[in-house]
Amino acid sequence: MDSTEAIYNGLKDAEIDFIVSVPCVNLSRLLNMIDDDPEITHIPVTREEEGIGICAGAYLGGKKTAILMQNSGLGNSINALKSLMELYEFPLIMIMSHRGTDGENICGQIPMGDSTPRILEGMNFNFFTPTNPEAAYDDIRRSWELSEDEGKPVSILLEIKYW
Amino acid sequence: MARYEAIADIMENIDEELVICNIGFPSRELYEIDDRSKNFYMIGSMGLASSIGLGLALAKPSKDIVVIDGDGSLLMNMGSLVTVFANNPSNLTWIVIDNGAYGSTGNQDTYAQKIDFVEIAKSIGFKNSFYFDNIDLKKVIKSDDASFIVYKTEAGNSTAPIIDIDPITIKERFMSSI
Repeated sequence: MDSTEAIYNGLKDAEIDFIVSVPCVNLSRLLNMIDDDPEITHIPVTREEEGIGICAGAYLGGKKTAILMQNSGLGNSINALKSLMELYEFPLIMIMSHRGTDGENICGQIPMGDSTPRILEGMNFNFFTPTNPEAAYDDIRRSWELSEDEGKPVSILLEIKYW
Repeated sequence: MARYEAIADIMENIDEELVICNIGFPSRELYEIDDRSKNFYMIGSMGLASSIGLGLALAKPSKDIVVIDGDGSLLMNMGSLVTVFANNPSNLTWIVIDNGAYGSTGNQDTYAQKIDFVEIAKSIGFKNSFYFDNIDLKKVIKSDDASFIVYKTEAGNSTAPIIDIDPITIKERFMSSI
């Protein structure tokens, strides 16, 4: 099980069947696997905040939802995550490529990357930081149930060295 | 005519459809005019009514979904026009009540006064992009493509009270009604 297969298998075993995305280079193989899976509806979106709304609607319609994005997308989504997802207790798995971490070569990623874990802490949202495929699989597989129990999104932060 | 009458007019055409309603006075007014478990009142997340409607439409292709949105809210999520068009769920009807104002915050002007949403939606590719005055809403809801409708009104709010059901109840009764 490589780094990408671990995420895919975790999502499958959590029975996720509706995924929205804004791409990251580190997510490209995963996005292809999801596109090839007839059991998963995959909706690329123009901006992460829009994707949060789409996931809320899909959940109303009975789907189990996840968003794939860079951690920059967390910044684009904060109000929706609070005033839609937490307010109404919508579950959601947020798989984030955590840019701006050790090994980053684009300086523009560093400020948001540094702050991302503290933003999630400040939002009082649970998140996992697996560093190998086995841990990522376990964390993702149990995230949907955790998110339903807590009534708010659960995040998986995947730093550059994870891949 | 202001938004309140427009919502009443829209709801005269609604039977079993699921309705997603924009934040602020639009939801308050809908709640007063025609509260039903098939209404989802969006209390926060300005701009996302059409996104919620899109997700629901894709998840439930057998149900007809009507979104009641506003011009200020659409301006906050213009990308949704592209995403809705690209996915083209035939069961989604997106109505924008365009009063040219941020009604719930004191009727400040919006830039919608300077643009034409119907033409914008057509230019993106919507086959169904109409002014409400020119259509039979019941027929448009049943059409084979996603529909975008602009209902022009004057600015102004009613005295509809704040919604006194909590968000989780709004969600749970909505889901039970599907």
